[in-house]
Order: sequence, then structure tokens, then C-alpha cells
Amino acid sequence: MVKEQEFLEKKASYCLGLAKKLGATGSSVVVKNLVSETVNFRNKKLDESNRSDDLGISITTYIGKKKSSISSSNLLNDNLNVLIDKCVETTKNTPEDEFNSLPDRDLLAKKVKDLDLYDDTHIENDQKISYLKKLEDAASHDKKIVNTESSFTQNKSNFILANTEGFCDGYKTSSFTASSVTVAKDEKSMERDYEYSSKCFLKDLDDADELGKLAADQTIRKLGPQKIGSEKIAIIFDKRIAAGMLRTFASAISSSAISRGTSFLKDTVNQKIFSDKINVFDKPDMLKGLGSRNFDSEGVKTDTLKLVDQGILKHYLIDTYNGKKLNLKSNGRCGGTSNLYFENGNINFNDLLNSNSKSLYITETIGHGSNIVTGDYSVGATGFLVENGEFKYPINEITIAGNFKDMFQNITLADDLEFKYATNSPTMLIEGMVVAGK
Amino acid sequence: MSNFFEKSDLSRNEAENIISDTLQKCDDGELYLENSKSETILLDDNKIKNSSYNSDLGFGFRAISGEVVAYSHSNEISKESLKQSSQNLKSTLKSVKGSYNHEIPKSNKKYYDNINPIEQKSLNEKIDILNDVNNYLRSKDGNVKQVTANFLGEQKSIEIIRSGGETLSDVRPLIRFNVSVMLEKDGRKETGVYGVGGRQSYDSYLKDDNWKSVCDEALRIATVNLESKPAPAGEMKVVLGPGWPAILIHEAVGHGLEGDFNRKKTSAFHNLMGQRVASEGVTIVDDGTIDNRRGSLTIDDEGTPTEKTVLIENGILKNFMQDRLNARLMNTRSTGSGRRENYRHIVLPRMRNTMMQSGNQTQDEMIRSVDKGIFAVSFGGGQVDITSGKFVFNCTEAYEIVNGKIGSPIKGATLIGDGPSILKEVSMVGNDMMMDPGIGTCGKAGQGVPVGVAQPSILINKMTVGGTKL
Repeated sequence: MVKEQEFLEKKASYCLGLAKKLGATGSSVVVKNLVSETVNFRNKKLDESNRSDDLGISITTYIGKKKSSISSSNLLNDNLNVLIDKCVETTKNTPEDEFNSLPDRDLLAKKVKDLDLYDDTHIENDQKISYLKKLEDAASHDKKIVNTESSFTQNKSNFILANTEGFCDGYKTSSFTASSVTVAKDEKSMERDYEYSSKCFLKDLDDADELGKLAADQTIRKLGPQKIGSEKIAIIFDKRIAAGMLRTFASAISSSAISRGTSFLKDTVNQKIFSDKINVFDKPDMLKGLGSRNFDSEGVKTDTLKLVDQGILKHYLIDTYNGKKLNLKSNGRCGGTSNLYFENGNINFNDLLNSNSKSLYITETIGHGSNIVTGDYSVGATGFLVENGEFKYPINEITIAGNFKDMFQNITLADDLEFKYATNSPTMLIEGMVVAGK
Repeated sequence: MSNFFEKSDLSRNEAENIISDTLQKCDDGELYLENSKSETILLDDNKIKNSSYNSDLGFGFRAISGEVVAYSHSNEISKESLKQSSQNLKSTLKSVKGSYNHEIPKSNKKYYDNINPIEQKSLNEKIDILNDVNNYLRSKDGNVKQVTANFLGEQKSIEIIRSGGETLSDVRPLIRFNVSVMLEKDGRKETGVYGVGGRQSYDSYLKDDNWKSVCDEALRIATVNLESKPAPAGEMKVVLGPGWPAILIHEAVGHGLEGDFNRKKTSAFHNLMGQRVASEGVTIVDDGTIDNRRGSLTIDDEGTPTEKTVLIENGILKNFMQDRLNARLMNTRSTGSGRRENYRHIVLPRMRNTMMQSGNQTQDEMIRSVDKGIFAVSFGGGQVDITSGKFVFNCTEAYEIVNGKIGSPIKGATLIGDGPSILKEVSMVGNDMMMDPGIGTCGKAGQGVPVGVAQPSILINKMTVGGTKL
């Protein structure tokens, strides 16, 4: 079972006390326990079981404006004594940085709301196995499916964050995740695709049949892909790819990229960076939200932010250190965004498909082709050719490229937002990108 | 050498008994113990941003029966914890009736020294070098707007205890030194990144002001990119430079030749053994035995000594890379390719140093033969879909080739190709084989492991370049 609050708090306060005794003027500590149990299936048979119990601690000590940190998986006091001593010694020898500091006391989270992030249900391996059997039966229904690999994971975690400004809080979270990867084959081609579902509560998890069937359908329809010529064309991004655009946007407005000057969105607050109707929210207090949190990784309170209002950037994502550097207050985004999403557009999915006589619908991209310094974007892609609103045939071995500055100004969103990941987007259309193929 | 039982209520003898009892009717399995120490020292934005130290200790207990793998890990080495893991494995493998394979090859060779690189250089010395890097780059070019440099050092001690008490151990040093520089000129920003590393002390790479050459290379790449034009879009000839561009080999064919994907028949290569998969003259090996290289290992994470495995010989597919599990199920032997990121993860067949051997042409001949194409010198990273065989990699330094001559630099673009067919499009292999500088990390199933690559210059007849200029 995952460790209780009392145990974690005791370890945390031991560390804070010891660091002070050894000469630290301030310190913060995180103690975290994650218990994870996974069962993997392949071709309708048990393939792997995996249980992990990870306990970890990380400590940051300050001496004035000097700072250093250590982390360890060994929580015996003997070991902590050695490590904290080393940490304080290293702190003494590390040069000062005027912006180093613990978060401002008045910004620390005070009242912690129950966001319904923990399901006490324990699912035994036999139950995981029966879910996966059902899933794989559904996934391998069609003869074209030649391989299925599925997995079911239960995660339970608990943590305490404490610092010498008086903050000490933490809470349990849980997640239940099922996924299926299927391979389909015909005479000429072999293709792979996947589907997955992840929820805080077991009872909210997608039905095994549906998940398996969806994975298989998505894979089979990719068979027999063609390569198309190079041209400028409208591109429709499936929700799972569109969410990635939003993640790139989040890293480009992180206060560290802004303060270092390494973002194409530097100095763009109050400027129009998206097309007119685009609104972006980051909402930490969604009940059962996959990205929900009561405070950020420094203990700073987190309010809902409307990051983009009618296409205009309103906020960066600010932590204590970079906030001090930029002369801005932390808005509780140390560690990144929470539940980040584009608000729905006002056009439905079919109308979006029909908005150009010819477009590409992208279901998967590969490669690390997002450059947040220049905004340049170039990735390998797989998808479908869409003509007059209809899916014509699958496409692969192409790349799509553009620059985010232009792409963001040319986004149209459908009205089909759902909260499947921590970061979510409706289906997205971007005009004017370049496809390279034959 | 770590003594994993020194501060534990669990004795070596008791551990051996639990291991033998748990694995008696299994086909394979072991207890894997690991103790690692690592440090990061980071300079960024004119300051030492981070100095951190990590110490990690734990075990992973694995039992295999037929195709089924049961795994349990914990970071508490105690009697209670190992017993709990044993129970967990037994409950997964309820009715096993295999016979344990005790055979494991032996070797006395070692490919790196038993050192702890972290302790070999003081914190102050490391901080001094990072500050020197910052000052050097900022004074060398007025357009430098940002400098990031870091030291990453690690010492990992492992011990493998097999059923019957057989014990194998290894101590692995690893370091990396990276420099990233951003230039800004006329409102345009570009970055250049370079690094060095391997399984030696920091000083093996940085003595005699060698750090300056790392800085110079990062600055040179950034400077080239400041002048870059939009990259072309479409199919064309591509000349790849020697060394690090071999991540093409890693992505295009390396992953597809890993044993697990071929046993499961999900790799585009699974039915191509003994067949032509590359042009004549193309030979590719995966070698874990090169002294001090980032991808080298004395023994793999199952205890098998590593080797030089021929994957493709003169264009013909010869071998897959195997761990013990996939080797047994495919009736072959382990190639010493069983690796894991750490004790939290199961073993998978992985690459070590993947290398294309030299041919006899020159880079100059290749460039002269191209009317329209690109010359790619440096890459960021790559990715592959092993099932469809399609792979990509991102150029970070590339030039257009016009009428047999190198032209203007072009912006970073993704190149995409088809793994099983790309090597048949190789029409020239250079005589200038080079290792990469020792910076690669390969990701698979959520596990990152250090790897190396090497190749000579090569000419590829046809690849799709993902630029924006039609």
C-alpha cells in the first residue's frame, strides 16, 4: 500500500530540521511514494506483470542566495544524514544567484480543496487480466489484426511538500490506465495504431470492448497507404496531435524560456498570437482532472488562468525563480500547466472536414521537429487524404512543415473538445502548411 | 564495488535462497541489484543554475516462464521486501514447469576502468570550467545571447545474482559535457549544440582546454544557422556527413533489428533474414566492445558479455540483436544486447554502438555527383515506427547542393524515409568512418539508455526532405 501522510511528513520534517542544524538558511523537501502495478497482454495471453514500489526524496537547501539539491531513493536516516551534509557543503561552494529563493509566503496555498483525485479501489491482477482478455478479444476480431499488445496499470501515489516558510501539505492521487496497440497486415503493408484511456477513478475507465475495437479500427484503416506529392495544403490535426501543439505553446510561454530569451513568444504578452476566436485556459481545480492540483511544485497556489483571450496572450507560466528575474509574481506554474485546453470552436467536425475541397487529416506525427527558439516546425506524418469531406485513402512517408507564428494565426477549432489527457484540444484545422512527399 | 547486503537485514545467503526458491521451475530470471550515483552541474543565463546529486539504490527481481515475464522492483533492500517481490512473481507465474537455464557465457575482458568520475574532479573545478565556457563564448562573438553548459557524471554499480548463486557484477562510469549557444542577429535567433562524453573521467575529454573545441563547434553550428534559408520540400538526393548522422542507421534499421520486434513479427524486417536489405558494400555492426565508448558494456544487464554483432554484411541481413528471453524463444543465442535503464525497468534487446563500416569513396565525389540535393552534417534526433518502417530525423546543420557544389545553409528540417528500402538507395559509401562524439541516448518503451553511432559519409539516392520551400 502507498505510504501514509504521517510517515512522509515525519521524513520531511527530519530533513528540514537536519538541514537547518547543518547551516542551511532555508530548505524545501519533497517525499513521494508511487506504487504501480501493471499487467501486459499480447495476442490474448499474459505477457508480463510488473509491480513497483518507489519511494523518493528530494531536498533543496539554501544558504542566503546560494542553492543546491540532492535526491535519493534511500530514505534511511543514515543515508539522509550523509546526503544532506553533502548538499549543504555543495551549497556553500555554489556561487550566489540573486534570484534564488523559496516562494513568497503570501503566495503559498492555504486552504486545500478536495479535488477528488484519489480512488481507494484496488484492482487485483486477475481483474486486470479479465479486462485485458475482453479488450483483446474485441481488438483481434478482424483477421487483418496480426498482433495485439495491451496493458493495464494501476498507480497510487502520495506525497508531501514541505519548506521552511511553513508550508507542509500533500495528498494522494490515483490513476487507472488501459491501452492497446494493434498491428494490422495485408499483402502490401503492415501498420500500427493504438488507443488508450486513463482516469483517476476506475469506474470512469472506458469500456474494454470499445477500447479494443477502436484501436483495431484505427489500425486497419491505415492499411495500403500512399505517398502524395509536395504541395501547400490545409491540414486537419486529430485531437491527439492537436493537443501536442498546445504543449509546444505551453513550453514557449514558460517563464524560463521567456527569461532566457529562448522562445519565439518572448515579449508577446497582450499581443495577438492566435487567430481571433481562440481562447486557452489552464484550470487546476477540475474535479478528477488528470492535470489537477492544489498547488504547484513549490507550494504556490494555482488559480485558473485564461492564458489566451480572443487570440491575445495574457499570461506567461511563472515560477518563483523566473518570476523574480522577470519582475513578475509566480502564478503557480512551477512544473508546468495543469488541465490545459483550447475552448471549443463553433464549427462541427463534419463542417471542418468540408471547409476545404481537399485537405490532409493527420493522426500521427514522428520526430522532434518543434523548435521553440525559432518557432520552426517540421515532422514526419501519417494520416488520410480528405476530399469533399470524405476520407479517401491513407497516407504516409510525408512531412508537414511551417512556423508556429503563422500556424497559430491560422487555426480553426471544431466543437468536439473532450478531457482525455491533461492537455486537450478540439480537432484543429490549419491552413497554408507545406507537405513534402514525392 | 558495492556491497548490497552490508546495511541490510538480508544476508547474501538468504537472498540466494529466495532467488533459487522463486526461480526453480522458471526458464530464466535473476535478481538485479543497482547502486548509482549521479551529478548535474548546470550553467545557464550567466549563472550556476543547478548543482544536484542523486543517489539511487534498489533491486529488480525477474522470473520468466515461457513467454511470460514477471517483474517486481523496490528501492528497499530488505528481507521483507525481497520476500514480497518473490510472492508477487509466484502469483503471476502460478503453474510453471520449465527448467532453469544456468548457462551464461564468461569473459575477462573489460572495456572501461572502475572509476567514479564525480569524485575525480572537485565541484569548484567544474564550476570554474563552466564559467570559463560562458566567458569564452560571450567574448568570442558579440551575437551570443545565451549560453548553457553542463556536466553530467555517473557511476553505476550492478550485481546480478542468478538461481544457484552465480554472481556477475560491473561498475560503469559515464560522463557528458554539453554546450548550447544561442545567437541573435537582426532579430533572428538560432542555436548550436555540441557535446562530448563516454565511459571515462571528465579530464579524458576536457584536459588542455579541450572544452574550447566543444564551444567552438557549438558556436560554428549556430553561426551557420543564422545565415540559413528555408529548406526545400520534396524527394531529392541526400549526402550525409560522417559520425553522428549515423542516427539514420540507428533509426532506419537498428530498432527494426531488435529481437523482440522480430519475435513478435511486428518489425518491418521480421521476414527478411538472409535477404538483401542494403546496397552491396553496406556493412553494419552493433558493437559493445569498443573501449570507453558511451554505448559500450563489459556485460549487459543480464550478465552476458557484450560482443561485436554483425547485423548487415555487404547488404545481406545476418543477425538480430538479442537478449536472453528473445534468443531462447527464437532458438538462437543472446548477443549481449539485454539492457535496462535502471532497476525499475525490465530488460529489452537494445543497441550499443551501431556502426556502418567504411567503403572506398570520398565525400567530395558524392557531392560532385549531385545536381540538386542536400548535404546534412548534424542532427538533433530521430524516431521510427518499426511496424511501417517509416523513420525521421531532424537536421540541425545542412546545406543545399547545387550542380555538384555545396551552396547555402538551410533551416532545420525533418527527413523521412522507409527503413527496409532506404539502405538499398545508398549508392556511395565513404572512406571516412567516424564515431559520434559520445552524446546519444536511445529511448524505447519509456527507457533511456546511452548508445553510440558511427558511419562514413554516404550518398542516398532518394529521400523526402521536409522543408517549406516548394
